[in-house]
Parts: sequence; structure tokens; C-alpha cells
Amino acid sequence: MANNNIEARVRKIIVDQLDVNDEQVTLNASFLDDLGADSLDTVELVMAFEEEFKDELKGEISETEAEKMRTVKDVIDFINKKLAGE
Amino acid sequence: MATIREINAFGRRVVVSGIGLVTPVGIGVGEVWSNLTAGESGISRVTSFAADGYPCRVAGEVKSFNAEDFTDHKSVKRNDLFALYAIAAAKLAVTDAEINLADVDRSRVGVIVGSGIGGMATISEQSRIFLSKGARYVSPFMVPALISNIASGIIAIELGVKGPNCGVVSACATGSHAIGEAFHWLKLGKADAVLAGGSEAAVTPLSFSGFCSMHAMSTKHNDIPETASRPFDATRDGFVMGDGSGVLLLETMEHAKARGAKIYCEIIGYSASCDAHHITAPDPNGDGLVTCYKELFAETGIAPTDVQYINAHGTSTQYNDKYETLAIKKFFGTHAHDLLVSSIKGATGHLLGATGAVEAAVCAKTIETGTIAPTINYAVPDTECDLNYVPNESLKAEVTYAISENMGFGGQNAVLMFKKILQ
Repeated sequence: MANNNIEARVRKIIVDQLDVNDEQVTLNASFLDDLGADSLDTVELVMAFEEEFKDELKGEISETEAEKMRTVKDVIDFINKKLAGE
Repeated sequence: MATIREINAFGRRVVVSGIGLVTPVGIGVGEVWSNLTAGESGISRVTSFAADGYPCRVAGEVKSFNAEDFTDHKSVKRNDLFALYAIAAAKLAVTDAEINLADVDRSRVGVIVGSGIGGMATISEQSRIFLSKGARYVSPFMVPALISNIASGIIAIELGVKGPNCGVVSACATGSHAIGEAFHWLKLGKADAVLAGGSEAAVTPLSFSGFCSMHAMSTKHNDIPETASRPFDATRDGFVMGDGSGVLLLETMEHAKARGAKIYCEIIGYSASCDAHHITAPDPNGDGLVTCYKELFAETGIAPTDVQYINAHGTSTQYNDKYETLAIKKFFGTHAHDLLVSSIKGATGHLLGATGAVEAAVCAKTIETGTIAPTINYAVPDTECDLNYVPNESLKAEVTYAISENMGFGGQNAVLMFKKILQ
């Protein structure tokens, strides 16, 4: 349930920020290659994730962490790991 | 080595072949011209923010503008309104010119669309985020959205045109300088066609605050907004801010003729000068403008008495209208009283960086139609403003030579001369 909720919130941010359809946002979709994002979009996306999940993340997303978020799944996995206390 | 003056005299001829307008009195050249010549006002109470606490509460806002008619949703989200107005005006100019860009060498098509201020709403919004949330949350799109040369860059991306491209910044003279510089690019063979003009979206709380602090804006006519901008009238009390964009397609005569273009008029001269007097107040002797006239007539070889119409800067401020009138009389002598001199700012308000481009379009339409758009809200004559300002109602007059002049903060002046193509 919690996972679905996180996925839904991540997807909503991606749809809003990148102006794409929900169906395009598959788990393995790459922001740069599949969803039409440029480098500035990815910066704004990370800001939006950080704001939306501030309770779950309990801190900022570092640049190194942000660089690893290339697909939708990368983001969901990252948040789940933080939730699991990793 | 030929001088610029010789190149202008013998070089390529430059024509206006397309007009795109986004203004408080309409979108598209047809609607704008019909409203201007009918004496309609585009000024109303400010609707885009709560202006109740400001000394000036009126503005010329663009009505019924839907940016998504001109670009995609993502571009609408990323860009400041001034850039969106510019995209719209540029595309309207291309449509009006009936030019198929796929048929021309796009590396020879330039863009020079400036802005007086740039992305004021973006600066305001991101400053708020900076102060409330911190530096980390300032948008990566802030800088590209607010820089005033971005309109030219985005227009080039949208249209795929790769010729010379930059912005011009000279406050309220921006549009005139942009067209003038485009004229030189074409004269010098740097491009075959150039989209030139200006754009502004400064009706925001922060810019209202700044201009109100300067006591530059009208404050006494908030109850009857459509009468607030009254150029050359004795009861004028400041300018009324307007938003919008004007973009003209300029081409070399050769290029326009080769594609069978409709030609509005020719541009035959451009001159620029600086008052070197004060950061915002005009030179009380009118000398900056007189310098422009001298250069303009030396360059074109036209006699001052050949000119029938001046589209004035006419901002509705005490100083501008008085010293602009003085400069016209100083240079044109007795012919000043034979000239038709009108300011459309009574109807549109002052579009700052876009105004020179919209007014250049007005000169083109004046020459095409033989109709002079009036200075509206003119009721009380001022002894110091005693020219024929074409008050309140349009009139018919054959115009062969028309001048558009605009002056910006910084004392920056630019003057353009337009000529009817004689068959």
C-alpha cells in the first residue's frame, strides 16, 4: 500500500513536470531518453521529489544521489530505501 | 572602404513584409489596426494582481491571450509571459507575411526581439521562493526565463531559423533599436530576412512598485481607466503601463520580391543617440532627439518637409510630451505645424520594450492605408504642446514618409523612417 502510494505520488510529479501522459511513465522509463526531459528538467524534478517526500526522506537529496535517478524506478527505489532506514 | 552612410545609400533595400502584434487593443494586426483607428482604448483596471494599494491601479493588459495557441504546454510552463508574447507575435508575423520558412535558407533568417525589462514576474516569483524556501529551491529555469535576450532564442528554436540572433535592451526604445539594428543587418548583407521587435510583460506588483516610486505613472484617473493615458493633453499625469509584443518581418527587397511577398512599406533610415543628461529624465532642450533627426535626414537625403507623419513616443508624462514637442519644433521649424503627430499610447498604454515595434507596425499600416490612428483622450490643449496630434478621431491622409521615434531610460533614443513604395 505504502509502495503504491509512493509510486502514485512520483508518477504525478513526473506527469506534471514533464508534461507527459501517465501511460508513458513506465517503471523503466528514462527521464532523458524516454520522457523528453533535458538536464534542467531533471534538476527541477529532483527539487519536486525532495519537497513532496520531505517527511519520508528526512533531508536533502544529494547531487550524487540525484545523478543516479535516471528512471522512474530509480526514484521509487531510492525513497523506499530511505523509508526502510538504509 | 565604404562608410555606413554610403552602404545605406547604395546597399540593399529593406522592406516590411509581415506584422505580428499582441497588444491591449487586440491580437493580430487586423484587430489592432481596426481598434486603433476606431479610437478604442485597451486600458482597464489591473486584473492580474490586486492593485488596490498602489497609487496607479490601471494598465493595458492583453485580453484573451492563450499561449497554447502558439506553443506547447511545456514551453508555456517554462517561459516568462514576455517570451510567450514574443513567440506569438513572431508566429503571427510569419503568418501575415505568408512566408514558408521551409522554402528559404533558414541560416539567412535572423531574429532580434528585445525586452525593456525581461522576466519581471519570474524574478519576483523566484525571489519569493529564495526567501521562503532557500537557494536550493530556486528553479533551474529562472535564468533562461528572465534574461531579456531569450525571446529571440526561443523564436529561433520554434522556427528553426539560424541567422544572426540577439536581444536589444534600451528600455522604452528597445523595439525601435531592434528594428533599426535588423535594418542594418539586412543592408550589410548579414541576413535575407529578420524577425525584429520587442516584447514586455511588466504589469506585475514589483514593477508597479518601482515605477510608482518614481512618480512616473498616472494616478489621477483610476476611476475612469480608459481615459488615464492622455498624451499631449494638459491634464496628463503620467504613463499607463501596457503589456504585449510587436514583431515585424523585415526582408531585403530582393528576397521579398523573389517570393512574391506583399510589401507594406520600405524602411529607409535609422538613427540613434543618447541624451547623456540624466538616467530617467529627458533632456529639457530636446537635443538627443534633434541629434537623431539630423543624422536620419543626412543618411536618407530626404527633406524634412517631405515627411507627413510622426508616430510620437508620446508617453502621457509631463516631461516626455513637452520635450518631444520641443524637439520636433526645433528640428522641423515651421513644417512642425504641418506634420500629423499622433501617439497610440492613449489607447495601448506604454508597452515599454515592445512599444517601438508596435509603433513601427502602425507606421507601416498608416502608409498602407492612408489612415492616421488618433491620439485619444485629448481634451485640454497644453500651450507647450501645440502640434496637430490628430486628436480623438482618425483621419485620412496620404503618407509617403513616416517617422517613428522612441526614447528609453538611460537617455537612449532611436528613430526610424518608413517610405511608401511608389509604383
